[in-house]
Amino acid sequence: MHELSIGREILETAVHHAEGRPVLLVSVTIGALRQVVPDSLQFNFAILARGTVCEGARLQARLVPARLRCECGHEWELHELSFLCPRCGGGRTSVLDGEQLSVESIEVEEAPCTARR
Amino acid sequence: MHRTKVRVASDLLDANETIARANRADFDRAGVRVVNLMSAPGAGKTALLERVLIDGVGELRVGVLEGDVQGSLDADRLSALHVPVTQLNTDPGFGGECHLDANMVRSALGAMELGEVDLLVIENVGNLVCPAEFRVGEDARAMISSVTEGEDKPLKYPLMFRTCELVVVNKIDLLPHLDFSLERFLENLERVNPGVEHMLLSARTGKGVEGFARWLTAVAGGEAAHA
Repeated sequence: MHELSIGREILETAVHHAEGRPVLLVSVTIGALRQVVPDSLQFNFAILARGTVCEGARLQARLVPARLRCECGHEWELHELSFLCPRCGGGRTSVLDGEQLSVESIEVEEAPCTARR
Repeated sequence: MHRTKVRVASDLLDANETIARANRADFDRAGVRVVNLMSAPGAGKTALLERVLIDGVGELRVGVLEGDVQGSLDADRLSALHVPVTQLNTDPGFGGECHLDANMVRSALGAMELGEVDLLVIENVGNLVCPAEFRVGEDARAMISSVTEGEDKPLKYPLMFRTCELVVVNKIDLLPHLDFSLERFLENLERVNPGVEHMLLSARTGKGVEGFARWLTAVAGGEAAHA
């Protein structure tokens, strides 16, 4: 359900950087630990974008897997939800990757020089 | 017409973090420590606060910022206890947000007498998802998970269970009537947030509530403060 709040943040960021130009594509990076449901995000974004320069824009999400590191030195990609080290069973683990939530770029439609034929 | 790529590289939560830091600076200046209290709807946030405020938290002067989508039912309950309560509704002007963010809390700062409290408890909107994403300038975060919600909740809402310094397990007076396995809940909690502090209590009977009062006192004293 936080896809609505996140969709709104994405929209505000994209509209700000579009500077009035129509937006065709919004590229976002989402870490697995953010627990974002991409379909739900697309759906919410499309609705929120109505009436803005982002109306009809495609939302492209790059999903980053979660990677953890234990103090025993073991590093692993998180597949099932446990933050305990699969090697030593310890709980002193840190997150290396997978917490991103950012807009990377947008693609806008740029009017060519305004000379009329 | 042609396509142009515009580099943005903007962290979506940066704007919120910036305002949260400004809130934190204001709280620090006023000498107020702040707890962000979160849970699902009906887990007992207001009930726990009522219980703990009736008994008192040592010599601490406690204020409450009450976040709700609509209405002032909770604020009214707490006002009856003669503690300073400020109501913050997310509905008018905010589009009925399901959480408090740093900017909403900022908008309420003017209505609060920060000089009159040592500890401010911000009761977030009941929700296990969105509040986890938005810091509001707090020193520590606590969440309540009640036994009627089931033992699988840490696995379903890891973001929330991982973001807190304290997990309160509420409604333990109901355990004899439920299939809830406390052991399995604590196992799930350990998998999601290894080593996190937790406490068992019943806001209804008062059992274990003194532990929560002690934790609040520690936060007010600068312990358990979050970076």
